[in-house]
Amino acid sequence: MNKFIRAFTFGIFALVPMLTLAASSSVHLDKAGNDLSDKESLKRGFESYINYCLGCHQLKYQRYNRTFADLGISDEDGLANYMYTGEKVGDHITNTMPAKEAAKWFGSAPPDLTLMARLKPGPDYIYTYLRSFYLDPKRPFGVNNTVFKDVGMPHVLQGLQGVRTMDEHGKLSEPTGGSMTVEEYDAFSRDLANFLEYTAEPNKLERKAMGYWVIGFLFIFLIFAYLLKVEYWKDVH
Amino acid sequence: MIANIMAWIDKRLPVTDAINKHAAQYPAPKNFNFWYVFGILASVVLVNQLLTGIWLTMSYEPSNEGAFASVEYIMRDVDYGWLLRYMHSTGASAFFVVVYMHMFRGMMYGSYQKPRELLWIFGMLIFLVLMAEAFMGYLLPWGNMSYWGAQVIISLFGAIPIIGDDLTLWIRGDYVISGATLNRFFALHVIAMPLVLVVLVFLHILALHEVGSNNPEGTDIKKPKGSVPLEEQSKFTFHEQYTKKYDIVDAIPFHPYYTVKDLVAVVIFLIIFCWVMFFNPEGGGYFMEAPNFEPANGLKTPEHIAPVWYFGPFYTILRVIPDKLLGAIGMFSAIIALFLLPWFDRGTVKSMKFRCTAHTVNLMQFVVCFIALGILGTLPSTPMNNLIGTIATFGYFGFFVALWLYSKDEKTKPVPERVSG
Repeated sequence: MNKFIRAFTFGIFALVPMLTLAASSSVHLDKAGNDLSDKESLKRGFESYINYCLGCHQLKYQRYNRTFADLGISDEDGLANYMYTGEKVGDHITNTMPAKEAAKWFGSAPPDLTLMARLKPGPDYIYTYLRSFYLDPKRPFGVNNTVFKDVGMPHVLQGLQGVRTMDEHGKLSEPTGGSMTVEEYDAFSRDLANFLEYTAEPNKLERKAMGYWVIGFLFIFLIFAYLLKVEYWKDVH
Repeated sequence: MIANIMAWIDKRLPVTDAINKHAAQYPAPKNFNFWYVFGILASVVLVNQLLTGIWLTMSYEPSNEGAFASVEYIMRDVDYGWLLRYMHSTGASAFFVVVYMHMFRGMMYGSYQKPRELLWIFGMLIFLVLMAEAFMGYLLPWGNMSYWGAQVIISLFGAIPIIGDDLTLWIRGDYVISGATLNRFFALHVIAMPLVLVVLVFLHILALHEVGSNNPEGTDIKKPKGSVPLEEQSKFTFHEQYTKKYDIVDAIPFHPYYTVKDLVAVVIFLIIFCWVMFFNPEGGGYFMEAPNFEPANGLKTPEHIAPVWYFGPFYTILRVIPDKLLGAIGMFSAIIALFLLPWFDRGTVKSMKFRCTAHTVNLMQFVVCFIALGILGTLPSTPMNNLIGTIATFGYFGFFVALWLYSKDEKTKPVPERVSG
C-alpha cells in the first residue's frame, strides 16, 4: 500500500505540469532569437525606438540614464545622440502626445510600451507583430495585422519593410517596395524586440546571474546542513 | 557574564523555561517523515513575507494614480527592489504550496482527530486569513488582473439576498473598485491581516504543544505515568510539563534534532524557491499573470479573468454551480467542510496506514478532485471543463460524506503501541 501511495503521489506531481502545458495558447509566433546580453543590438533597438516609436509610444517607467548605464552609453553621449527635446538625463522616456486626442486619432491611445514584452508573450510577439502588417483597405489606415487583428496602429515602418498583401488562403506575400531587404528588416525588428524585452525588466540578466550564485551557495550549504543532521542524529539511531 | 544576564532575565521572564518547553525539551516523535517539514517551511515563508513586505511598503504608494508606477519604481529604481518584490510574489504562491501540503499531511495521518480538533481549527483559520491576505495583496500592484480579479470576487457578495448590494458597496468603499478600495485593502493587507495571522500562528503552535505532535503512525508517544519501564522510555530529557503527567516514549527533543533536520528541508526548499524566483518569477504566468503588466483599467476587461492558481479549486466550485448565490454558498461550504473535518471523521484510528482501504481510496480521489478543480480554475469555462469541474465538485464534497459514513464502524488494522520506524 505504501508503494502504491508513493507511486500515486509521484503521478499526481507529474500530471500537473502536463495539464497546465496543454492549456497554453495557440497563436503562431516567429522566434525573435534576440539576445539581451548583446549591447550593440540593444543600442540599435534603442535608437530605432527613439526614431520610430517614441513619438506615439512612451516608456514612462524607464529612465534615460538607467538605459544609458545598462547599455554602456555615457550620459554625455546619450544627451547628444538620444535625447532631442530638452529633458534631463534622469527623466523618464516620455513624449508629449495628448492621450485624449490620440484616442480620437487612433481609436485608442497608443499604449505605453515599457512592459509590453511582459504583457504580451515576450519579444517573439513584438518581433512577429512588427513583421505582420498587410494591406487591408477596410481599415482606417489601410493596414491590418495577423498577430493583432484590427489593430489601430498604422504601419509606420512601411517605408522600411515595404508592403505585404494577404492572399485568399490567409498567407502573406513577400514585402515589396521597402528600403530594407527582408533580412535587414528582420534584424531591425529583432533589435527593437530585444530592446523592449530589456525595458520590460531591466534587471533580467542581473537576476539570472545572481540566481546561479545564490543557488550555488545553497547547494554547498546543503552539504554542510546534511552532515550536521547526520552527526546529530547519531544520538537517535 | 552571559549566564548572569540570562539569570537576571529568567527571574523576571521565563525565557529559558519557554525555550526548553517549546524547543530544547519538547518531545517530538522520532519518526517524522517528509510530510512533516511543511509547518516549518510555512513559518519560513511567513517570515519572508513579513520582512520583504516591510521593505516593499517603504516604496509602495497605495493610490489609483501612483500604485502601478510605484511598483515599477520598486522594480527599477529601488536598490534590489526587484529582488524584494519577487521574493514577496513568489512567497505568496510558495505559501499556498506549503500550506496545502501541510493540510494534506494532517488529512493523511489524522492530525485533526481528537484531541487535536482545536489545533486543526486554528490551522483552518490561518488558511482562511491567508486567503484574505493573498486576495487583498493581489490588488495592490494595481494591474488589470488585480482590478478585474477583485471585481469578480467582491461581486460575489452581491449574490447575498437583501444586503448583498449594500455589502459590496461597503467592502469597496465605492460603486466600483477604485482608489478607495485600494487604500483599505492596503491597510488590511499590511496591518490587520498580518497581525491576525501572527496571533493565529502563535495559537496554532501553543495548541500543538499542549496536545503534542502526531506522527505518521498515529500512535501516542505519551503513555500514562508509571506504565512504561524506565529503560523503555526515551533517554532524552524533556520538560517537566510533559514528564510529570506522562512517560514519554519514542520521542526526541525538537531542538537540536528536528531543527537540524528541518534545516536540510529549508535549504532544499530554498533551492526550489530561488530557482523559481531567479529564473521564472512569473511562474509560467501562474504566479504573476500577464494582464497584470498593464495598469488597472475599468474599461478594458482582460480576455480571460482567472484567479491566481491557489484560489483555483474554490473558484471552479463557484463557477460550475449555475446559480450565483448557490455557487457562492458552494464555495464557502467547501471551506466550512474542511473546518468540520474532525467531526466528519468518526473514526478513532488516525493514520491512513492502519485505516480501511476505502479511506485511502477516498483520500486519493479527494486529492485528484482538488488538483483537477485547481487546474480548471485557471482555464476558460467550456462545457467540457464544466462537466469535469462538476464531477470534481461532487468528488470534493463526496469525500466528506463518504468519510462520515464509513468511519462509523470502520474495519481498521491494529495500531502498534509503539512507533516502529
